[in-house]
Amino acid sequence: MTPEAPAIMAGTSFGRSVGRVEDARLVRGKGRYVDDIILPDQSYAAFVRSPYAHARLASIDTADALGRPGVIRIVTGADVAAAGLPPLPCGWMIHSTDGAPMKMGVRPMLAQDVVRYVGEPVAIVVADTRDLARDAAEAVLVDYEELDVTADCADALRDTTVQIHADIPGNRAFDWDIGNAAAVTDAFASAAHVVSLTLRNNRLIPNAIEPRAANAVWNAVDEQLTLYMAHQNPIGMRAFIAGYYGLAAEHKLRIVSPDVGGGFGSKAHNYPEELAIAFAAKLVDRPVKWTAERTESFLTDAHGRDHLTTAELALDSDGRFLALRVDTLANIGAYLSSSGALVPTYMYATMLSGQYVIPAIHCRVRAIYTNTCPVDAYRGAGRPEAAYVVERIVNVAAERIGLDQAEIRRRNFITDFPYQTPVVYEYDSGDYTRSLNEALALADYAGFPARQVEAAARGRLRGIGIAAYVEACGIGPSAKLAALGGGAGMWESAEVRVHPMGTVEVLTGAHSHGQGHQTTFAQVAADRFGVPIEKISVVQGDTDRIQAGTGTYGSRASVGMSATLRACDSIIAKGKAIVAHLIDVDLETVAFSDGIFSSSATNRTVAFAEMAYAAHTAAGFPTDQIEPGLVATSFFDPPNFTYPSGVYVCEVEIDPETGTTDVVAFSAADDFGTVANPMIVEGQVHGGVTQGIGQALWENARHDPDTAQLLTASFMDYGMPRAVSLPNYKLVFTPTPSPSNPLGMKGCGEAGAIGAPPAVINAICNALGVTHIDMPAAPETIWRLCQARMSS
Amino acid sequence: MYAFDYLRPDRIEDASALLAEHPEASLLAGGQTMLPVLRARLAAPSHVISLGGIAALKGVTLADERLVIGAAQTHAQVASDPQVLALLPSVAALAGGIGDVQVRHRGTIGGSVANNDPAACYPAALLALGARIITTQRVIEADAFFTGMFATALKAGEIITAVSFPRCDRAHYEKFRNPASRFALVGVCVASLPEGSRIAVTGAGFGVFRWHAGEACLDAGGTGNDLADVPLDADCFTGDLHGSADYRMHMTRIIAARAFAALGR
Ligand SMILES: Cc1cc2nc3c(=O)[nH]c(=O)nc-3n(C[C@H](O)[C@H](O)[C@H](O)COP(=O)(O)OP(=O)(O)OC[C@H]3O[C@@H](n4cnc5c(N)ncnc54)[C@H](O)[C@@H]3O)c2cc1C
Repeated sequence: MTPEAPAIMAGTSFGRSVGRVEDARLVRGKGRYVDDIILPDQSYAAFVRSPYAHARLASIDTADALGRPGVIRIVTGADVAAAGLPPLPCGWMIHSTDGAPMKMGVRPMLAQDVVRYVGEPVAIVVADTRDLARDAAEAVLVDYEELDVTADCADALRDTTVQIHADIPGNRAFDWDIGNAAAVTDAFASAAHVVSLTLRNNRLIPNAIEPRAANAVWNAVDEQLTLYMAHQNPIGMRAFIAGYYGLAAEHKLRIVSPDVGGGFGSKAHNYPEELAIAFAAKLVDRPVKWTAERTESFLTDAHGRDHLTTAELALDSDGRFLALRVDTLANIGAYLSSSGALVPTYMYATMLSGQYVIPAIHCRVRAIYTNTCPVDAYRGAGRPEAAYVVERIVNVAAERIGLDQAEIRRRNFITDFPYQTPVVYEYDSGDYTRSLNEALALADYAGFPARQVEAAARGRLRGIGIAAYVEACGIGPSAKLAALGGGAGMWESAEVRVHPMGTVEVLTGAHSHGQGHQTTFAQVAADRFGVPIEKISVVQGDTDRIQAGTGTYGSRASVGMSATLRACDSIIAKGKAIVAHLIDVDLETVAFSDGIFSSSATNRTVAFAEMAYAAHTAAGFPTDQIEPGLVATSFFDPPNFTYPSGVYVCEVEIDPETGTTDVVAFSAADDFGTVANPMIVEGQVHGGVTQGIGQALWENARHDPDTAQLLTASFMDYGMPRAVSLPNYKLVFTPTPSPSNPLGMKGCGEAGAIGAPPAVINAICNALGVTHIDMPAAPETIWRLCQARMSS
Repeated sequence: MYAFDYLRPDRIEDASALLAEHPEASLLAGGQTMLPVLRARLAAPSHVISLGGIAALKGVTLADERLVIGAAQTHAQVASDPQVLALLPSVAALAGGIGDVQVRHRGTIGGSVANNDPAACYPAALLALGARIITTQRVIEADAFFTGMFATALKAGEIITAVSFPRCDRAHYEKFRNPASRFALVGVCVASLPEGSRIAVTGAGFGVFRWHAGEACLDAGGTGNDLADVPLDADCFTGDLHGSADYRMHMTRIIAARAFAALGR
């Protein structure tokens, strides 16, 4: 497929900071979330969850609980087994270096014999009210026989006494590699400089504002199942739940995700709970609803990151990169989640070239089971881990050979596109030097030494850090994904319906969970049709209305917006034929712009709405040539990924007396290709950068080493970033259009979370004059470094 | 939440009577501690007796050179009260630094003091300023009130009606926030009273405590810097995810010095 010529588009709506259509509803509390849906005869579910990280289920006694008031039914693993429901799958097949397929630990919908992480669902109590369900859940007596635990991937690999899955000795799901090990070895042998670094990418908990929720209703007569769920990919879930689980036939399964209050990836996965709710609804023949409590979210929403990595970089005497060798232990939790095998492999190791020419790269990844919540895609998903490795070791190299951190990057940037990296990806476009220059200008990099001196006079240590990131977005080219082991195509569909009065509905298989698709997708149609945005509505999240889709994650709105564009163009093509008939001219003479059809053959014009009316009345139509009605569909499958990139500059001040870090300035130059709505995109950068700063300074999922209990299971202990702790960000866009879609878009949703952590840590290391500090850079750790520095 | 009966008396005597009648009842003030506890099913009171309807627990008065703050005054009301701002600026500032806007508009001084969270702010000010806790049964000196982690001298059925402070414009509460909860990782209140200096430390251990050696240092003419060498009782300190006991000890000295430096500013 040949890519269409892209351009940076800017029209009267598209490319402008149009106000978010959805906000009128959301900020007035009129959003409608799964928990707002109360169905006739509604019942409620509470989960019985394992309090232990690893235990054998000796017995489950439900007798007392069943006798409690309002209890309708208790569903256990035995019911799941009796119904023959299969274990949860992983959507990606990875083969180890020795050719063996990855080892999947069996993950039943409800625990069967063994529980492997705290919070793992063991049973569901369905009752008349939420509180009665909870009361009864506490009365379910589960006899657990505790087993030894391990929460840390290095321990899990070393410690052979703890075995999490009976058939997986050594707790190793796979031992995979990518790149050319021999070429790397050769390059290291002849290198002028070699630097190495061991670092941890801390485990994060997603914390969407809206917790996961499901409400399922079964119509036994028609065998129809309706499942309301807070999900990022409701349309795609239908085929999966029907095809894999067989909970209902595809044409009799309706999935609805109404407003979704954030996800960051955590609502893109396939979890036991939502499926178990659907299963329970079939058993009790009443609607069953469950909304996670915040503690359940902490314990069971798939966590993110958690890598332990050693990296080595070889350089020549001019500071040019020769080779990169990386060895990563990825803690995947107790089970391989939906994309659990993909994230630490093809979303991680393939990004290790960063923005640089690195002739040889090799990366080994061992995926390790532990007694922790499964790890899956979380804002950035693998790419933040890669950017952190690359951007940290580049700074370590700069320090070692005495090069400025901007200069070492400039010297190694990729400048010619497309660029084939040694690790799969072919970067589409970019101007990394420009982004660096603009970021440095925004940050007044040249003025930093003076600011450092001024801060020192106040007793503060000021540091500056640069990070350059690149990521692969816009998934995906289905053929390429399949070649890498993907189990499903990842195109996107759009249907554009034009009604008789000229109003427009855009139906998309993508699903906004905060991104503002109701605005940006409408902007595409508004510009294409010359119709004001008020006359356009975007429909999403309901399989009864939308035929097909693959959801929203991985900064892939460009795919759905491209499908929208193409469907709009089909409408215009048909509109031209209709107009040719209406004004009796040759089709070739008809043109369309700014909402008006015109013809070089006459001065008669036809407005878009007039054409729409004619399409529906079909009065005097040659319906054998032009069918009535005005609907068009497009399935867009891009030829390549898109590669957003950018350069971030972070400035921190550290109080050496307390070890506290203040981020005092943050500048970002991002190349997202075409920007559909600068205000919305800035919001995405703000959110992403904030999460990235959060990872660098505060966020950290910690487990008790002896019990594998999650110690940071509430906001009292899990440090979320807050507005008061952050500076105003300075942003600039440095777009180069992507050739991978007709809009030239690249994607912006994850960038901030990818680029910010290394920028912050580079700044802290710069301030302290240390080689490395692990995330989150907690006050006590920094204070100890300052103490050590003062005493040395 | 477990089910409970909700009662809302409008007189203190009625609240006391209800408490006596229902031994398994809990009082509810701003709910900023109580509601999370109930929601997490960590408590199962038979009755919840709201203090929100009792007008007598409201307001701030000046009596005998002491400022008497009603137990039901919210943190936001204390932070913006003209009399508190004029006569006890350190307490107004402390209240304005608790939690977030929502918490400050619901949480009350009485609830905070009764709860005695080991990382709470108010207990440090009460202890450093020599406050008195006025209850339905008696008046308790702050020195005798805070008895341990979430523990106070309150007896069953006893309700705090007000807290009285001596007026003092040479006091300062300095809070070093826990980055996650934003409660005090270490909070120090230093007060210079006619009878001498008082330093109270919160967040650092199992409950608020006075740093007598630090007080002696200041009374001997020492400054904040001199506090760096003054001994601390290691038994008073504890460590957790957010900071070791050792770190908290060091921070106590630093934060105390900063609080001292801010006196009279
Ligand atoms: C997000 C958040 C952040 C917070 N941050 C801080 C902070 O930075 N610093 C800080 O100090 N606090 C903080 N708090 C706690 C807050 O100050 C609470 O308001 C306070 O601890 C309890 O006050 P309340 O009025 O809400 O009491 P409630 O929660 O209603 O009651 C607390 C306890 O006190 C008892 N009680 C209440 N009133 C009386 C009375 N008059 N007599 C006897 N017993 C009574 C109740 O029975 C209950 O046991 C925070 C709370 C939240 C939710």
